[in-house]
Amino acid sequence: MSDRRLAWALLAPALAVLGGLTVYPALWVVWLSLQYRVPVFGISRWAGLEHYAFLIVDSRFWNAVSVTFAFTAASVALECAIGLAIAVGLRGQHRGRRTALALLLLAWALPSVVTAKMFEWLYHPAGGLVNFLLGGRPINWLGDPALALPALIVADVWRATPFVALLCYARLLTIPPDLYEAAEVDGAAGLQAFARITWPLVRPILLVALLFRTLDALRAFDIMFVLTGGGPAGTTESLTVYAYRALFQTLQIGFGSAIGVVVFALVMAVAIVYLWVIDRAERAA
Amino acid sequence: MKGLRWRDGLVLIALALYAGPFFWQALTSLRPDGELLPLTHLLPARLTLAHYHVVFGQSLMPRALVNSLGVALLSTLLAVSLGALAAYALARLPVPGGRLILLGMIAATAFPQIATVSPLYLLLRALGLRDTWLALILANGSFALPLVIWLLAGFIREIPRALEEAAAVDGAGRMAALRWVVLPLVAPGMASAALLAFLFSWNEFLFAYTFTATEASRTVPVALALFPGVFEVPWGDIAAASLLASLPPILIVIAFQRYLVRGLLAGALRE
Repeated sequence: MSDRRLAWALLAPALAVLGGLTVYPALWVVWLSLQYRVPVFGISRWAGLEHYAFLIVDSRFWNAVSVTFAFTAASVALECAIGLAIAVGLRGQHRGRRTALALLLLAWALPSVVTAKMFEWLYHPAGGLVNFLLGGRPINWLGDPALALPALIVADVWRATPFVALLCYARLLTIPPDLYEAAEVDGAAGLQAFARITWPLVRPILLVALLFRTLDALRAFDIMFVLTGGGPAGTTESLTVYAYRALFQTLQIGFGSAIGVVVFALVMAVAIVYLWVIDRAERAA
Repeated sequence: MKGLRWRDGLVLIALALYAGPFFWQALTSLRPDGELLPLTHLLPARLTLAHYHVVFGQSLMPRALVNSLGVALLSTLLAVSLGALAAYALARLPVPGGRLILLGMIAATAFPQIATVSPLYLLLRALGLRDTWLALILANGSFALPLVIWLLAGFIREIPRALEEAAAVDGAGRMAALRWVVLPLVAPGMASAALLAFLFSWNEFLFAYTFTATEASRTVPVALALFPGVFEVPWGDIAAASLLASLPPILIVIAFQRYLVRGLLAGALRE
């Protein structure tokens, strides 16, 4: 067999699976978003761009857009800041590195439904640890429209920060210690050394982490669906939760798919920036 | 040197506090019902295994654990076996547009599940696969496949070509070189990819919540999200169930940390 034929033989099974279960659904969802489809009433007809036209005037949609953007901006910013701080703290670690990484990665590796259930209990007005530590005030974290989104963001930050910390930590380990010693000789220590050595070297990887986390935050679903269910009063209803409700609770397959396509477009826009960044890095290397 | 150790200990304590919410959940799973609500003391007066008895004896968790384990192992097998073959072709063989295919794989790792869940639901229903393991194996396996291909193509590229060429001189064909030279050398990389695929499937919620209907295929995250309470929410039982749901991820973080970290880093950094 020639190399080229062998290549296609090896690629064929993976491409067939991806074609049928990833590419085809990704195209089909766009097609679905152009239809009225309400299976329980046997409705199935062409809608054109009507769903999208409705989204433009749909206040629930714009609320979901602002929840999604607020959630993404706040959680990604906090994850990057805290992740970098943890990485700097870990860098000097000599003994117990394995234990340290295990404790750190635990939060990242848990199913997000577990994280959601955990924080639901932590935030419980009467039984939760948070209110207990605050001196027993009965704050209803998840039931108060002003507090629910911040509470949700804290849960997501807890879950995702280890990923950022790990990436930054791995980068910091490659910085030779003599760089810091040299800086100290020049009279730069502490914050100055951070600004002159750590920051320029860690910045590219922090950018990658930021893009990765932005992708994930835009498409996050489990944590808000299980922790707050989009409530109270829609204050945590992201685009993904709205799409899910339209698809499987009010069974508007066409309309729900249109919201799904919006999420798709947002995520792909970030992915294109990401591809551009790694492509540029590859060319520079 | 003593100062250094002190600092090491401090970092460990800080990280243990970071993992605190999980330890609190573990403590909750052992706390007697009477001491749960309202919370009056940080530490319970006594510990109990009652919640675990309930979860094992009267809930759908045992069945869900079996479903999750089966689905996660088989979807990992699907992703890694198909992924390894495809990755070898993309890394080593002349594929027209191979670079474009790899970029497509990266883009596919970013696909939001919420966008593909509705067509996949219609597709799986049309195939008569609703509420089956196979539906979840196909959905999770195909979702993990792009990442697996991308990771393994990178790992295979790191293997010196000279090794394969030496095997060819010895008269081994491509497939034999793949089997006896490349596969053993890329085994640690396959472990990394497999761990990530397994974790994805074990933790996956949206597909499982949508494509399953009964305990025949309900996975652990779905069983946990739907955990029933009769009159009030059984927080202790839920804590026990979430501890069980966390066991495989914990095991992976502790026992296979090196492979997990390598996979995570390789997935994010292109070297």
